[in-house]
Amino acid sequence: MAKVVEIPVVWLQGAACTGCVVSLLNSLSPGISRLVLRELAPGKHVSLRFLVTAMAGQGHQVMDVLRDEAAKDKGNYILVMEGSLPVGHPAFGTLGEVAGRETPISEVAANLARSAAAVVCMGTCSSFGGIPAAAPNPTGCLSMSEFMARERIATPLINIPGCPPHPDWLIGSLMAVAVYGLGPVAGMLDDLKRPTAFFGKLVHETCPRRADFDAARFAKKFGDPGCLYLLGCRGPVSYADCPTRMFNSGTNWCIGAGGPCHGCVEPDFPDRFSPLYEKIDDGRMDRFRLLQPAPAPKA
Amino acid sequence: MPSQASRKSETITIDPISRIEGHMRVDVVVDGGEVKDARASGTLWRGFENILVGRHPLDAARLTQRVCGVCPMIHGTASANALDAALGVADKIPPNGRIVRNILLASNYLQSHILHFFTLAALDYVDVAALADYGGPESDLKAVRAFIERKDLSPFFPRYEGDYRCDKKTNVDLVRGYLAALHVRRVCHEIISAWGGKMPHSVAVVPGGVTSEVTADKIAFTLSRLGEVRDFVEEVYIPAVYTVAGAYGDYFDIGAGCRRYLAYGTFNLDDASADPLARKRLLPSGYIGPDGRLAAASADKIAEDVAHSRYTDDCAAPPAEGKTVPAPDKAGAYSWIKAPRYDGAPAEVGPLARTLVGFAAGGAVKPQVEAALKAARLGAAKLQSVLGRHLARALECRLLAAAMADWLGQLKLGQPAAVALTIPEEARGAGLVDGPRGALGHWIEIKNKVIGRYNLVVPTTWNGSPRDKAGTPGPMEQALIGAKVKDRDNPFEVVRIIRSFDPCLACAVHMVTPAGDARRVL
Repeated sequence: MAKVVEIPVVWLQGAACTGCVVSLLNSLSPGISRLVLRELAPGKHVSLRFLVTAMAGQGHQVMDVLRDEAAKDKGNYILVMEGSLPVGHPAFGTLGEVAGRETPISEVAANLARSAAAVVCMGTCSSFGGIPAAAPNPTGCLSMSEFMARERIATPLINIPGCPPHPDWLIGSLMAVAVYGLGPVAGMLDDLKRPTAFFGKLVHETCPRRADFDAARFAKKFGDPGCLYLLGCRGPVSYADCPTRMFNSGTNWCIGAGGPCHGCVEPDFPDRFSPLYEKIDDGRMDRFRLLQPAPAPKA
Repeated sequence: MPSQASRKSETITIDPISRIEGHMRVDVVVDGGEVKDARASGTLWRGFENILVGRHPLDAARLTQRVCGVCPMIHGTASANALDAALGVADKIPPNGRIVRNILLASNYLQSHILHFFTLAALDYVDVAALADYGGPESDLKAVRAFIERKDLSPFFPRYEGDYRCDKKTNVDLVRGYLAALHVRRVCHEIISAWGGKMPHSVAVVPGGVTSEVTADKIAFTLSRLGEVRDFVEEVYIPAVYTVAGAYGDYFDIGAGCRRYLAYGTFNLDDASADPLARKRLLPSGYIGPDGRLAAASADKIAEDVAHSRYTDDCAAPPAEGKTVPAPDKAGAYSWIKAPRYDGAPAEVGPLARTLVGFAAGGAVKPQVEAALKAARLGAAKLQSVLGRHLARALECRLLAAAMADWLGQLKLGQPAAVALTIPEEARGAGLVDGPRGALGHWIEIKNKVIGRYNLVVPTTWNGSPRDKAGTPGPMEQALIGAKVKDRDNPFEVVRIIRSFDPCLACAVHMVTPAGDARRVL
């Protein structure tokens, strides 16, 4: 049997809800047991060194794993960050204890990010700040890229936004790293560090209700058929392949269930898109590059 | 490395507790091999209530789901219920809307309970290393053996050692269940996705009903997957709980806790009443006090205490008046969790509370609990324990899988599932409903058509609460105090008790020693 190369992965959670872990558990292929037990790509295996939600050990024994990982696999492991970094007060988020002092999560994150081969931000909170950083940002939450800039950490970073992201977006990115290496993958990212393979098109471009939009057939209240533009849909300004990939084993997606897209993959979700159920104010959307000219809706 | 129980009191710190939702910490005071003191404390605060103020009321159900990625469905439901009340539509939800909400929530109960027993709790009882010399033909189990042979054993090692009691064949059976559970819990989420768009964080539950249309293909999709889930519950999940109980029977005798139980009830069966606790629910509401008698649950008896919580003292209030002003350096405070009290006392919430309330109320719950107790030759008092909580979850899954099939048959094709909404200038509403982990309350106050105040009291706020101003420990703290710890280097008893509550928040359980004792970090 040929030697299998281990890709160590450390999954750290800051101001998070665990939804990104649960989304990973929902991966159809590879299923989560395949991902943990078998090779991700020929000759490459993901070794999940630290994930509080699923690991057998606890307490000191797993904090030792973290400490050893940063030294033993320096420059070789991938740090997956879930959640944003609360820096408003050291007690807003802590993980483990060293010599009687509870360690701020931000401190753990800085130490791990500095020695990682790459930081992968799983979800909108670590990618862009997300809900914990929403106004008035009670805990002073930062996205991982903001936090790393502040701490002068230059480790390569990939953003996989979404609330939560589709598991394919993470696993596909990890596979690309396993097969091609980090250098080529860096060339597959957009200006917000998102893999263009998954975030290259507007939801609006491939939405199955696009024909309703073009014909100005709009839903007026919840449960109505038609385009959800008047109910606040952010599909025209959100980049993701949700309409074609669909969630939960390809079962469905938000608009398929009659719920407007809330733009959960975009920076400044939720603040820039609030109120979520009011029609987009096109004037506030100047930062988006491919906003399609919309026909005037018949109100 | 087993060690003898020490005569001298010492504190054992476990930080983080893994295999729960969120961050968590434990410090136990052990003296003569027994837990003498216990405190629970949360270590992560996000300030959700404060983020909601000033936002559009309809945004609440979407944003509060993001409190928790394991049980978002119940937060969406409680928030929508609070808004149903505030918007005056609580008794106007169309039957399709009520039933689809039930199906969405029940699917997440199934997902959550299966996830809890196998993915989170099982590694305390099941020895994965038993697969090291597996010689059978099953592909997944051979993969486990190959994994062990590669010797890179994360995330299954390191772990506590020394108290895995099952024989090899039983371990193999339970590992097979562990792997199958990963598949089945994903299927539960596929059902939610069909009606709710995606999981976690679905979109369908809105004030007034649901956004999704009732169609024949959704019903067929759900029925086929429900069959798969129900077979797993009957053939794998419930037998696995009995198997674990057979090897760890002493866990029917420990971890009882405060012996007061509160349930708001869940799964509305009619559309008649606007008062959530007066509605007819599949799992009924009620309160059982120390006398063991069932009483009606009343929202007026709930109040939050913050004597030992990291909030300013004026945050102590009834939930509808609740506020959240952080005070991270407050003297004597050791937790980000508030201390909700019912009639002035702590109360356990969750599957055990619902089971005991349902049993006493005599509805659908009673006969199946009686049958299960008889099959295991157990008295009802044994339910108040670590294993009792696991059994209560498994039996709920049996009940809900059957109920879901009935509900699917009650849906009416072509009928509406939501009513139109008007946002009032000013209004208040409460959503009181049980989620997988217990009684959940959302309280909303609308002012000038936006959210003026929002308050959540979540299940683990009840179970993981710190001491109150009277010094009374919370339910998890009480469940730990008195427990015997056989091996202080591998305190299985502590983590098994804590995980039996299925804690769910970025929180910590903190047990603090009397001053001057040795402190020990595990």
